[in-house]
Amino acid sequence: MPASWTLLIVLALAAAGFLIGRSRVLAAVGGDSRKLHSRTGYYGWNIALFTAVPALFLIAIWLFAQPDVNRMVLAGVSLVLAGAGLFLSLGRTAPDFRARNAVEAFVRGLLILCSSIAILTTAGIVLSMLFETGHFFTQYPWKEFFFGTTWSPRFGGGSQLGMLPLLWGTLYISMIALAVSIPIGLFAAIYMSEYASPRMRSVAKPLIEVLAGIPTIVYGLFALITVGPLLRDYFAQPLGLGTSGSSVMTAGLVMGIMLIPFVSSLSDDIINAVPQSLRDGALGLGSTKSETVRKVVLPAALPGIVGAILLAASRAIGETMIVVLGAGAAAKMGLNPFEAMTTITVKIVSQLTGDTDFSAPETLVAFALGLTLFVLTLGLNVLALYVVRKYREQYE
Amino acid sequence: MTDATNPAAPVERPSLLVPDARTAKRNAAEARFRAYGLSAIIISLLALVVLLFTIFAGGAGAFRQTFLHVPVTLDAAQLDKKGNGDIEDIKKVMTLTYGKLLDQSVQDLIAKQGITIEGLTDKDVANLVSKEASAQLRNMVLADPSVIGQTVDARVLVNGRVDGYFKGRVTMESAARDSNTSPAQLQLAETLKDKGLLAKEWNWAFLTNPDASDQRPEAAGVGVAILGSLYMMLVVLFLAVPIGVAAAIYLEEFAPKNRLTDIIEVNISNLAAVPSIVFGILGLAAFINFAHLPQSAPIVGGLVLVLMTLPRIIIPARAALKAVPPSIRDAALGVGASKMQSVFHHVLPLATPGILTGVILGLAQALGETAPLLLIGMVAFVKNFPSAPPAGLFDPASALPVQVYNWTQRADPAFMERASGAIIVLLVFLLCMNLFAVFLRRKFERRW
Repeated sequence: MPASWTLLIVLALAAAGFLIGRSRVLAAVGGDSRKLHSRTGYYGWNIALFTAVPALFLIAIWLFAQPDVNRMVLAGVSLVLAGAGLFLSLGRTAPDFRARNAVEAFVRGLLILCSSIAILTTAGIVLSMLFETGHFFTQYPWKEFFFGTTWSPRFGGGSQLGMLPLLWGTLYISMIALAVSIPIGLFAAIYMSEYASPRMRSVAKPLIEVLAGIPTIVYGLFALITVGPLLRDYFAQPLGLGTSGSSVMTAGLVMGIMLIPFVSSLSDDIINAVPQSLRDGALGLGSTKSETVRKVVLPAALPGIVGAILLAASRAIGETMIVVLGAGAAAKMGLNPFEAMTTITVKIVSQLTGDTDFSAPETLVAFALGLTLFVLTLGLNVLALYVVRKYREQYE
Repeated sequence: MTDATNPAAPVERPSLLVPDARTAKRNAAEARFRAYGLSAIIISLLALVVLLFTIFAGGAGAFRQTFLHVPVTLDAAQLDKKGNGDIEDIKKVMTLTYGKLLDQSVQDLIAKQGITIEGLTDKDVANLVSKEASAQLRNMVLADPSVIGQTVDARVLVNGRVDGYFKGRVTMESAARDSNTSPAQLQLAETLKDKGLLAKEWNWAFLTNPDASDQRPEAAGVGVAILGSLYMMLVVLFLAVPIGVAAAIYLEEFAPKNRLTDIIEVNISNLAAVPSIVFGILGLAAFINFAHLPQSAPIVGGLVLVLMTLPRIIIPARAALKAVPPSIRDAALGVGASKMQSVFHHVLPLATPGILTGVILGLAQALGETAPLLLIGMVAFVKNFPSAPPAGLFDPASALPVQVYNWTQRADPAFMERASGAIIVLLVFLLCMNLFAVFLRRKFERRW
């Protein structure tokens, strides 16, 4: 593979440059390194960096933008660039050259580049989705997409791609998940921070947080093979509410379990941040512990807890694997929680896997759904951040 | 002090030892509140236990598979037609020939053991062994061609339905309705088991085999998936870790307080909360549709995971750098080090354990991520192992969590057991990574 050979040659050039630069500058002062501006290594590094980094960047960016480029051309251009860097920096090497400053400025530039990748990623996400969503809306009216109540994609034309059933499914499942996770998570956090002995806390807290470390595909499988059949056989069928293992309830319950540690550990931190003096005051007035918690600690922690709940909601809306395996694929707008419904994320997966044709609205709709999802979760996150920040100012 | 206005009805307090009704009510409320809290914790722990228990109970079976021990006479006239023992010639003999040989051997075995079962058809006998068994036999011969002409004791996989019978998944009643097996076949298997020829044994192949087609769940394994996940972790390790640490260093140590820095910081915290599937859409649009990288290649999966993991590495790395006391920086600057030297020679080494802990946890999260990989074509059925990196990064491969998803979409319930088994493998990896992170934290954590 010429690309990896080119890489090796560039790296070898850089290493050679390092050694040559170091020995040359040392020779120029007759071996007395005190007469140099910088320590000898910096002269070597200066050359190595200027040789390797531009050439490596060229290779990476060129390969990304034009993967079918002639490898020999690529190798030639990058080797010329590496050679040019080597000679230019070698020419600058002299005892009074400020090598340390040059190297540090270079490294600083690299650090800035690395931190701007976050911005690039966001820009990439927004641009790629905006671009394809624009394509979608030239083929399908946006009013139908946002306000349509039927979702029935047909490859071959005549699809109805209304988002409302998917949005309803997403919100319904998220509401059930939050209804499960908020009371459990909040009470667990209260108990852990106000009642539990340090020993119990040191055992129970990590164990609950294990729930957060389990991949969502595990929860998905749990919903599919355990919770779904259980709910179907013991609740839905005896009550005559449905015959499907995958249902809003299944996905909601399992997602609720997944969210418990988010709610509990965030609320735990926030409850712990409430100053002890507030508790002491309430207890001193004769209130019981639970009255202190309900009437003093919780109101003081409320903005933070609301922030935690908003973050949990944003996770619930964006969760994919649990709903793919637990909620079903039928786009419906019903109220029966034992019926299969579907969500935005499920439809993104189903429209973008398998054979896809990137000029058909049935495929492009996934990008519009993705953008909707992105905007929804981003809005919730920003709101949560705002609420939490506002709260912090009160006690610091 | 003035007297309080005379209460209309003084509170009845008959005795200090007997609580009045209101106190009793308040105490009861207290006890209830406490019980709610305790039950919340118990419910969460119970959920954890049930979750892990069902997965482990369901998946343990994947590690034990039913094998048949059958003496096979490897007829040289069929397997090595030229008789010169040349491996290239032996390779030309396909599994079909081995299949016939194996069928005959099983027939002979039944006759020799004197087993007669009512209603046992030839098809039942031929289907007793897995469709993969002839390939197993062929591989055994190719590994050691000198066995040709001898009678060897072959250990071959048994059909998934028969295996399911011994694991309680298939019953005589369900077998009667099933076109892929029959009660007579199960009886035959039962008899063979009594004679010690058929047994459940430890199944290494689950860890080393590639995926198998719908018809042969008994042969499916997570080998390609483990390798694919490993490749993706390599990509993440080599890209996300240096970039993430560099970004953390810049933001924590060098960044001036200005608008650009603010934008970057807000961006990173928002990226950490973007749903993972959105990164999948980005990967599809950028890496596959725009850059035309191959679908289902570990490099694409790795790059998507890099973007997803970056904020999850940057945030803990910044916390670790912040935890290093300023006195260290001041001391370095005081003896003439530049800002850059103080950071790279002193602050960074001291923050390394904390950074590493964050890196491992970020990697663990990336290892379990499924949704974005579905969108970039990692769901494809891959039977060939990818070659060694770096070229292998561009070969199609699977990934552990995607393999789980893949198996849940198959019709045969035997694949559910495989899926749970693959999750056990995944959880074991995650457990090791997390334990390592805990170990690092315990061993190197410093309180300043």
